Amino acid sequence: MSFSLAYLFPGDTLENLTGLVPQNEIQRAALERQFKLDQPYIFQFFYYVGNLLTGDWGYSFTSGLPLREEVGIAMPATIELATYAMLMALFIGIPLGYYAGIRSYSTSDHLINSASITTYSFPVFWFALLLILVFSLQLDAAPLSGRISLLYNIEPVSGFILIDILLSDIENKTLAFKDALSHLALPTFAIGAIATASMIRITRRSVIDVKHRPYIAAAISRGLSSWQIFFRHILRNALLPILPLMAIQITTLITNAMIVETLFSWPGIGNWLIQAIYQRDYPALRIGMMAVSTVVITLTILVDLFNRMIDPSREKYERATV
Amino acid sequence: MSHGLVKRLSLCICTALLVASCAKQNKQAFYNTGIIYCSESNPVTFNPQLDTSSTTSDASSHQLYDRLLDFDPESGRIVPSLASSWLVSDDGLTYAFQLRKDVWFHNTRYFTPTRNFNADDVIFSIDRWRLRSHPYHYVSGGRYPYFESIGLAQNIASVERVNGYRVEITLKRRDSSFLANLATDFAVILSEEYANQLAQTGTPGKIDELPVGTGPFKFDSYRKDHFIKFLRHDNYWRDQMEDAPTSDEVLSDNNTVESANQEVENGQGGEDTVQDGTAQNGDETRPVVEQLIFDITPRSSLRLAKLMTGECDATAFPAQTELEVIRAKEDLTLAEKPGLNIGFWAFNTQRPPFDNPDVRRALAAAIDKNTLLEAVYFDSATRAKTLLPAASWAFQNDADDTAYNPVLARKLLADAGVKAGFSMTIWAMPVERSYNPNATKMAELIQRYLRDVGVEATIVSYDWTTFRRHLQEGLHDSVLIGWSADNGDPDNFYRPLLSCGAIPSGTNRAMWCSEDYDKLLNDALQTDDIEERTAIYRQVNRLLYERLPLVPIAHAYRYQAYRNELEGMTINPFGGVRFGGVKKAL
Repeated sequence: MSFSLAYLFPGDTLENLTGLVPQNEIQRAALERQFKLDQPYIFQFFYYVGNLLTGDWGYSFTSGLPLREEVGIAMPATIELATYAMLMALFIGIPLGYYAGIRSYSTSDHLINSASITTYSFPVFWFALLLILVFSLQLDAAPLSGRISLLYNIEPVSGFILIDILLSDIENKTLAFKDALSHLALPTFAIGAIATASMIRITRRSVIDVKHRPYIAAAISRGLSSWQIFFRHILRNALLPILPLMAIQITTLITNAMIVETLFSWPGIGNWLIQAIYQRDYPALRIGMMAVSTVVITLTILVDLFNRMIDPSREKYERATV
Repeated sequence: MSHGLVKRLSLCICTALLVASCAKQNKQAFYNTGIIYCSESNPVTFNPQLDTSSTTSDASSHQLYDRLLDFDPESGRIVPSLASSWLVSDDGLTYAFQLRKDVWFHNTRYFTPTRNFNADDVIFSIDRWRLRSHPYHYVSGGRYPYFESIGLAQNIASVERVNGYRVEITLKRRDSSFLANLATDFAVILSEEYANQLAQTGTPGKIDELPVGTGPFKFDSYRKDHFIKFLRHDNYWRDQMEDAPTSDEVLSDNNTVESANQEVENGQGGEDTVQDGTAQNGDETRPVVEQLIFDITPRSSLRLAKLMTGECDATAFPAQTELEVIRAKEDLTLAEKPGLNIGFWAFNTQRPPFDNPDVRRALAAAIDKNTLLEAVYFDSATRAKTLLPAASWAFQNDADDTAYNPVLARKLLADAGVKAGFSMTIWAMPVERSYNPNATKMAELIQRYLRDVGVEATIVSYDWTTFRRHLQEGLHDSVLIGWSADNGDPDNFYRPLLSCGAIPSGTNRAMWCSEDYDKLLNDALQTDDIEERTAIYRQVNRLLYERLPLVPIAHAYRYQAYRNELEGMTINPFGGVRFGGVKKAL
């Protein structure tokens, strides 16, 4: 589909496809031969796919840099944000969900439940703006833009800023690390809170379902203590239905990350795509769209594979309801 | 039961506080070695000779380069910079400049100077734009808009090297604004050694992308839409000087020009820090600024937010609505001065029906300038009758001005044959400038006024670079834009904005060419007598009032917003921000 966009976008097809602007007719003819534009569409398509796989993605209109480089800088920034938010959701959301599920319908459960519903219903950009207003502008507790103060020169090795700081050879590593953490705080919390909220709800529902299973009743009647029931039966059985839903979580997480990036001037793929739209950078739009969808699809497939591997039960159609 | 919940909540709160306290401890010495400036847009190039936009000048002229002469930010008088003194011949045609010794060029990754600044660099820098035959003239495009608009290349007869540190420039006609033009941001001195080196490797264009100058900062890296990084120039000549020259020590024989520029200072009051950009020696207590970073942030609300959280130490062009917020905050400083600028509405006089002065007069009568002033400038500007603001010595207080008269407007339009429902475009610039902080809003107001007289206006805008390119091609019907003076001379307003020679360089937005006008301007340059020049400019104002190629709207105040930790920040009367000599305290 992204291939056809080269034809559907306004402007010259050759420029849209490659990002190169031919200076005269001779150059134009040469470029057309090079990119196989004078052959039937089906050949062009295969050639295009071949180019993508080898890493030749064309050039950006606005900056003139190779798109591969630009995406290579922007994509890891978004993935880093999404990863930390996911970790937050896993390590905070799941335990809280278990707690709420075990103590279901008690006061603490009601508290957690209502908090998670409220957080879950926030639109993410509104929540992010609220965080900026309170924590950045009024309390001056955290910065609101960028990944790290511009005074630091960190070489992008992995694309993950925390790893890159540790790998770099600058003088003030601790200071830089703290700086990066404080820049990460608000965006991660904005995305992570919503992911955590939905994780709590899923886990809680799953735990409640498992609690009402016959084998739990059987275990109670056999005299097992609460802790034993919890660790032997509830823990792993409740976890199983959660994993497929994580795949959907990832999509939402990356989408939210892309939205929030514009607010925090986070140099990720979402911000980059929005700039490309504003500047009408068609090659960048095509490649960016493809890159994002590739990443999302890959992650979803990976999570699904993981599920298949660790799920012992045959009935995979039992999903937890939220 | 609820204990567990309380424990968890307190754990979360503790973590948040920990992060917050970590953030607070960041005010350490390392952060005082760098100044971050929130800039509003990308520079087009790093050589200010090639462009007139203040974004480009800010990023290059003031930080990377020096000029032969400078303007003292307080008094507006011409002071020595790379030229330590100068002599003017009696007939006013020959200027001899004595150049400063021991001035070093930048030592960067891509260039190491083997000699210091001398006459060859001056000759190279001037001849590059002066002579079409110069090997570097057409490098990076060959357009030098400011110099083309004032026609300086045609007026210089020769530039000669007397010895290694003395240059003589001979003009064809007297020009009392010549020295002032050499002190503008555009008259920077490039490195001839670097140029030769690049010519040998076959990459001459790099002189404008990887610049080398003598200024307080040297270029490090640039990422479009993100940042520009500068590093301190260790051998900056001002830092090495024993005594800082004050304006009293100016050695010049041309008294008339000096007194003319002295009158510029009368209009410039307002709070401002006293220190100018010259050397502050003996200040060992504060760390030296090692890095200067331009954080490119197009939205002014985000610039303000970054200024408030301390992520930027100074910011460009605060919007009018934000000024009150800045004034109210204790850790921010808002410096203001009446500006040498003009915001106007220009008509493309090469397109009918705008080539008819009656149509232009009608459109001018259709709008109410006072409303525009209140709604867009929020009391931080004065109504403009002519091009010159009150701060200029040639200001005419009793000049004629257009008045709000929609009845007259309709009548004139009907007489000129413009039917009701006539449609035109108003191009509104997408960036803020001191002379027009919100062109879009002004365009919307004008749209309403025009609708009342039966003219349908469409508002057009692009990103700034594309916008200026299309303006130069003359695709507009009318445009809301303006001009900040580059020097204290009134010629700097009249010539680049409306003279015939300024059309190809793109600074004449009205695309207007009038021989009478040009003749009057040239007459004004022939004399050094202030009275005579002022009288001629009165005639110029009258001519502009009759023909109205543009409608002057406002002269705005200039603002500089920065955090209190910065010391040594001054407001340059001619626009732009300079960081040489600025230090940061805890």
